[in-house]
Amino acid sequence: MSDGIEPVGEFRTRAREWIKANLGPMQPWDRTQHCKDDEEELVAVARDRAIQRKIFDGGFAGICMPREYGGLGLSPEHNRAFNEELAGHEYPSRFAVPTFNPCASTILEFCTAQQKGAHLPKILKGEEVWVQLLSEPGGGSDVAGITTSAVRNGDHWILNGSKVWTSRAWWADWGIILARTNWEVPKHQGMTVFLVPLRAPGVEIQRIVRLNGESEACQEFFTDVIIPDSERVGDVDAGWTIGTRWMFHERMGHNSPYVTYPSGMSLSAGHEDSPVAIARKSGKIDDTAARELIGEHRELGIVTRALQGRIAEAATKANKDMSAIDRLFRGVASVRRSTIAFELAGAGASVWDEEEEAATDAVGMNFLMRQISCIGGGTTEISRNVVAERILGMPREASGDKGVPFREVPKGPKRA
Amino acid sequence: MWYELTSDQQLLRDTTARYLADHVPLDRQRKQRDSAAGFEPGYWTGGAELGWIMPLVSEDMGGGSVSGRGIVDLSLISYEFGRHSAPGPLVDCNVVAGALHMCGDVHADALEAIMMGNAIASFCLGVAPWQHGGEATVAISRQGDDLVIDGSVRPVESAGQAGYFLVTGRSDGGVTQVLVPASAPGISVKNLKAIDVSRKFGAVSFEQVRVPESSLVGAFGQAEAQVIQQVHNACVMLCAESVGAMESAFAMTTDWAFERYTFGRALASYQALKHRFADMKSWLEASHAICDSAADALADGNSRAAETASSAKAYIGEKGVELAQDCVQIHGGIGVTYEHDLHFFLRRVTLNRLLCGTPADHRRWLASMQIDKEMAV
Repeated sequence: MSDGIEPVGEFRTRAREWIKANLGPMQPWDRTQHCKDDEEELVAVARDRAIQRKIFDGGFAGICMPREYGGLGLSPEHNRAFNEELAGHEYPSRFAVPTFNPCASTILEFCTAQQKGAHLPKILKGEEVWVQLLSEPGGGSDVAGITTSAVRNGDHWILNGSKVWTSRAWWADWGIILARTNWEVPKHQGMTVFLVPLRAPGVEIQRIVRLNGESEACQEFFTDVIIPDSERVGDVDAGWTIGTRWMFHERMGHNSPYVTYPSGMSLSAGHEDSPVAIARKSGKIDDTAARELIGEHRELGIVTRALQGRIAEAATKANKDMSAIDRLFRGVASVRRSTIAFELAGAGASVWDEEEEAATDAVGMNFLMRQISCIGGGTTEISRNVVAERILGMPREASGDKGVPFREVPKGPKRA
Repeated sequence: MWYELTSDQQLLRDTTARYLADHVPLDRQRKQRDSAAGFEPGYWTGGAELGWIMPLVSEDMGGGSVSGRGIVDLSLISYEFGRHSAPGPLVDCNVVAGALHMCGDVHADALEAIMMGNAIASFCLGVAPWQHGGEATVAISRQGDDLVIDGSVRPVESAGQAGYFLVTGRSDGGVTQVLVPASAPGISVKNLKAIDVSRKFGAVSFEQVRVPESSLVGAFGQAEAQVIQQVHNACVMLCAESVGAMESAFAMTTDWAFERYTFGRALASYQALKHRFADMKSWLEASHAICDSAADALADGNSRAAETASSAKAYIGEKGVELAQDCVQIHGGIGVTYEHDLHFFLRRVTLNRLLCGTPADHRRWLASMQIDKEMAV
């Protein structure tokens, strides 16, 4: 057989026919991943695993993944064509992020052939859902300041510490973790990446309840968890090199070529009513000021999309830091949009009826949760630093941890 | 602007940039603040020779664009106008040329004069598509075989220099457009002071101005769609100009941040200011993106064109001014002096924010589009 790559057009036609014949219409779960309770969530997870398996059996899983690991070895253009054909259809939304990206993309980039062979085919078959174990309770933005430690003991490592803000870890299978392995060198030089099964003895997973009552995020506690050295990724103490690429993949989010999801789908968190519907309900639809707000809401949505396109184009020209502009803009625009919805709703935003709206979708609740768009996935303050320092070339902020062994870095006034 | 330009587009942009730098440097504009036209004779015809007023006119009518996407090419020219804060009625002449080009041979002489730069044409919007009918300031009616124009428009760009006015007015049953020579009896022009140094404005009034039926641009009472198209073209040009002006103001202020020392440190080293620069950079990139996107949507004539053009006008209208004012703030006192270059760009974005619909106008327009869309579902 020839190794000739199937032309994108032919691939697209084949994908379209297969999708039409095998996948149903998009479900509410696919859009927001919010379920009304854990029971429904587990049903949704099982269904996502089944759909991922169906896509694998249909020969469309891992479009940009190498063939030796169960993928198709095709180009990002093929993946884009598939995603475009997938528009409006059900899809395994819980695999998209973080399983395919940044987890699978990082595994593909840094793992050994043996590690890749052990996990990538299982991911593509819907058998392994992955999470990223990065943030810690002791610091969110300062990722390299982690204190979860892994200590070598012969042919294995002993893991102790805690990770936080891990989406849906309570039903996931594996995690990719950044841990401190050397406290005697400056902070960026003493970290190592491992693969860790979330069902391993010593792993305890707790749910974090957010102020809106929703609890998809988790905190994991690791107590003397044993990780074989064969699950180490890359060299000992070389974890930051991997970490920066990992976080680059993370910033790519759904735009990564490894992610399968329907094009043009809004990835906004809730399914809040449209501003028009909100204004109609509050009786403000003919009010001039309300009209201006509705228009501004629409404008920000359109500008956000245009900017995303421009940044994606810049990214292909090796200007990676430009994604910080996109992150900053999206955060600020989203805050403004939830404020607009809140304004349009008037006093109606203060109360709701469970029949009309789930608590997490209510306008007032979304307003309370407004800042999440400027916090999650790296705060907008950090993005502003990145834009100023790496894009505009302005001087770096002073720091207390440069060139000092990590053990000596000040970690807070209460430290003994 | 675009990341990918054809070599012809690059040539057009670079030639325009060089021409503007040579002919209308800011020092010269600063001295010419009181000249009637805002530029020297020859500047406009010279620019016309570079193709400034041709892109919206098809080749068989003597026009043409280097990429075949006229509004995209025009946005490149407009961007350079903004970057250099260049004088001249680029937007109005192109909007009118684009409108006349739709009329076949009827207005061929006027069109040719405008494209060559020998005549200036101004866009007199006596009723705007984002307004309610009651807000019209010009009425155009039929009297026998003639049309009669009554009312006034203010502000009108280059009113004092114009050879022609493309007048838009309310008629029984719709909107009408006519092309009128500035010399027609009953027209009076009053020159006004304006916020831009080099772009000139006036008020134009029409008192029982009687013109023949052949003056019509489009059909009587049926000009609504073409006016919307013209406004969209104007919006893209105004936006591209503003993005150019934002780019210049931002570059100038970034340089300042590295050069200016205070308390023994460069301004660029203060996090409070770095974060403001980051915000400005995000507005600037978003402005580039939405402006390009609007030009593309118009060139494609796709269904998103109206929403994209209004989004661009609203977003850039607001952020252009915010960015320029922040640049003034970061400069400190020197930023409000006439000697400094910054005010040229502040003026340009401020003026462009106001012309062809303010952000509030376009947001209301967007809202009505969105309401119609959701009603249809």
